[in-house]
Amino acid sequence: MKISPRRTTIASIASIALLATACGGSSTVANTLEDPALSIYSGECAEASDTEITIYSGRSEELVKPVLDAFECESGIQVRTNFGKPADLALQLVEEGDRSPADVFLSKSPGVVGFLRNEGLLTSLGSDVTTLVDDANVGGDSNWVGITGRQRVLVYNVDLVDEADLPDSVLDLADPKYAGQVAIPATNGSFQDWFTVFRAQEGDDVAEQWLADMVANDAIVTESNRPTVDAVGRGEYEFGLVNHYYNFQEAEALGDAHRAENHSFASDDIGSLVIVTAGAVTSTSDNPAAGEQLLAFMLSNGAQTFFTNDSLEYPLADGVDPAEALPPLGDDGSDFDVTFDELGDGLAGTVKIIESSGILASS
Amino acid sequence: MTASRQSHQQAPPPLLVVLSTVAALVLAAPAAYLLIRNFTADADPFGLLMTDGVQGPLRRTIVLATLVSVSAGVVGTGLAWLTTRTDLPFRRLFSVLLVLPLVYPTFIGAAALVRTLNPGGLLNDALGFIGVDRSFTLSGLFGSWLVLTLLTYPYVFLPVAARFSRLPGSIEQSARLLGNSSWRVFARIIVPQAFGAIAAGMLLVFLYAISDFGAVAILRYDTLTRAIENNQLANRPVALALSLVLLILAGLVVLAERWAQRRRPTQTTQRIHGTAAALTLGRGKAPALFVVGAVTLMALIAPLLALIEWSVRGLLTRNRTGRRMVVDGGDIFEVTWHTLAVSAVAAITAVLIVLPIAVLAGRYRSSVGTLGHAVAISTFALPGILIALAGTFFIRQTDWTFSTFNSSFTILIFAYTVRFAALAMGTTLVSVSAVPDRLRDVSESLGASPLRRFTRIDIPLMTPGLLAAGGLVLLSTMKELPISLLLAPIEFETLATRIFSTFNEAFVTEAGLMALTLVALSFVATWTLIVRPLSKQR
Repeated sequence: MKISPRRTTIASIASIALLATACGGSSTVANTLEDPALSIYSGECAEASDTEITIYSGRSEELVKPVLDAFECESGIQVRTNFGKPADLALQLVEEGDRSPADVFLSKSPGVVGFLRNEGLLTSLGSDVTTLVDDANVGGDSNWVGITGRQRVLVYNVDLVDEADLPDSVLDLADPKYAGQVAIPATNGSFQDWFTVFRAQEGDDVAEQWLADMVANDAIVTESNRPTVDAVGRGEYEFGLVNHYYNFQEAEALGDAHRAENHSFASDDIGSLVIVTAGAVTSTSDNPAAGEQLLAFMLSNGAQTFFTNDSLEYPLADGVDPAEALPPLGDDGSDFDVTFDELGDGLAGTVKIIESSGILASS
Repeated sequence: MTASRQSHQQAPPPLLVVLSTVAALVLAAPAAYLLIRNFTADADPFGLLMTDGVQGPLRRTIVLATLVSVSAGVVGTGLAWLTTRTDLPFRRLFSVLLVLPLVYPTFIGAAALVRTLNPGGLLNDALGFIGVDRSFTLSGLFGSWLVLTLLTYPYVFLPVAARFSRLPGSIEQSARLLGNSSWRVFARIIVPQAFGAIAAGMLLVFLYAISDFGAVAILRYDTLTRAIENNQLANRPVALALSLVLLILAGLVVLAERWAQRRRPTQTTQRIHGTAAALTLGRGKAPALFVVGAVTLMALIAPLLALIEWSVRGLLTRNRTGRRMVVDGGDIFEVTWHTLAVSAVAAITAVLIVLPIAVLAGRYRSSVGTLGHAVAISTFALPGILIALAGTFFIRQTDWTFSTFNSSFTILIFAYTVRFAALAMGTTLVSVSAVPDRLRDVSESLGASPLRRFTRIDIPLMTPGLLAAGGLVLLSTMKELPISLLLAPIEFETLATRIFSTFNEAFVTEAGLMALTLVALSFVATWTLIVRPLSKQR
């Protein structure tokens, strides 16, 4: 869709000026879709059925709405979506208990669905859904599936860092030559999930020691991925430990003013872990079949292609290639024997280790 | 004063007590929720207080909130004086502009200030150009203090400006005739007259500072709220216990402020008609203009620059290969309308719900009034997410309440009202106490009924204050995020939720345009609801 800057400006001014009229939203399903949903499903829309499902989406509207629209058109199932922060939505689900209207929960990271699973709020998914992805990307007792992948990378400022100094392993960042240069979003879900897997893979001793070394090396704690990438792009810090796709977005938004690139650690390094976004069906859903149908749709060829091209995430369904802009992952997509299982339990331990490491008081 | 005070030692009207009790119970919902959940989750707030992991964040929270409330008190009071009682150039324009920083959601206000002031930012580049050290970085205690002061001083500025503009000019004139310098007049005569408004404003700033998630997270200062957020899923009992600690801290501070207010005689000097005299600044004009300009630059323009940078860069480069722009005029219009509509309803509801408590607490010695006031104000220290969860917790108790209220406007307005009742309470209480007792006494002796006295004397005199109270709630609701995200009817979006979702995914152009719309809308609201009614009285 093309849009002229002038039209946008005029439209936004007009919208401020004309506050007096109310706007009613129309909920009728169009006969065919418009771009970008059209790229996901190009057939004619099914007749709207009486079936309606409610989604609690911890993933942004901007990233998943076209897929939900395409699903609504293809299936005729009415979709109502509550977008929010994953942790807030999870707590809401807990408070709503057995009266919750939610059928499907979408999360940015596995920790939150791990928490919901431990609370007994997720149902087991059928093999129609779970066989669409590798076993490694199915969690709990088939309680959730991975939808897309985000690789952990080291984002660095191209003006401040010499490429020869880029490390092969995340463990190397404890080296004194990186002192005071590495930003870590230690309270962020994706870092904490990564750290939980790190602990499971290498043992608590190694993981705790690494974090202690990073604190001793004056690592800087930051809030979340985006401000970290923004700060590295401005040259406030040399390095940041983040998910890969933020740097692509930031570069697109700011063009040449953004001075940062991604660096991938060696493909067998724990620092290169792929963290998945997750989908699940709630145990209170009165229509779990429709929820599973949606998850299967999100893993369909069209939706997975959209995710990788639009938000530059890694597709997890078999047979879909990552967008060209993305560096290929290891040989088979993942070199880790990690199932993301027990992330709900692991999270509590991870938060305790992070809090007692002293990194949060490191500003 | 002594004579009129006696009439208020009478028992308050029963209807007032009943209304206040109901209002206080509604406002106590989040506190009740927290207590119940602490109990059911087997949380141990007092045991937790003894651990190092909590004492550090608690200490930092208190230090930060104290510093911010003091600096916001000084800045807010000084600016209010300059814009209401001097001949400062452009003072009416400034009295609108100086309110606006209130409307930046802290997550985007802090991010925008960082974007502009830290290395690589526009203002940082400009400073480097004139030879200032550019390695300065906004972070930690200093960064959080500066950003929170810039975003919260309007909580002091607004009520104090309202109070100042109703003081008669004669008090300064007589003081000066007696040979006092302008500074002495300000410090000894003007400020004490506004003590109630200043203290109430500083209290709000203190509570806002301890409740804030957004700024301290971005500026990397480890406070209680950050510990709460970090534990909310990983260790729920700890998060609940810490939230209760936050609420108890707030309650103690609120009681301390009430105690300080009670020890001072009620200030009833009120200009009924005539004009407030403007102090001629003379040679002080340039420095005064510099101070006002500097605050405007830092608090309003600096974040605005980042928003404009984001908007313009995206619109100019248009290099989003394969990605769509989600900017669309009709869409912005609809979201703006939603925002304005729910915020206006929340503002009216909040003023109505605090009014009985304010009258009771301001005019009578009543434990219901004191408690209701403390509950309304201390709830302001609770993060919005807790208020949203409390709403859900109470409506899910029966089938009927859940199906009726879940995801409805009623629950949304309820949560906004509870979240921001404190903002309405401070200003409303000040305006209730500022109605001269002698006016009511005279009308009473002339045989006017209580209702007639209320509508003919209290309401007209309180109107500017009530509008300012509603205006504060309106501006804050327009930027509110966690409640809007969780409780709004499905697919009902506000400017804040759109800014959040677009900003989160680096659609900074869209986020920038939405935020600019929010600022423009606030400008109009501030002018119409707050500044114009006050200056009309002049």
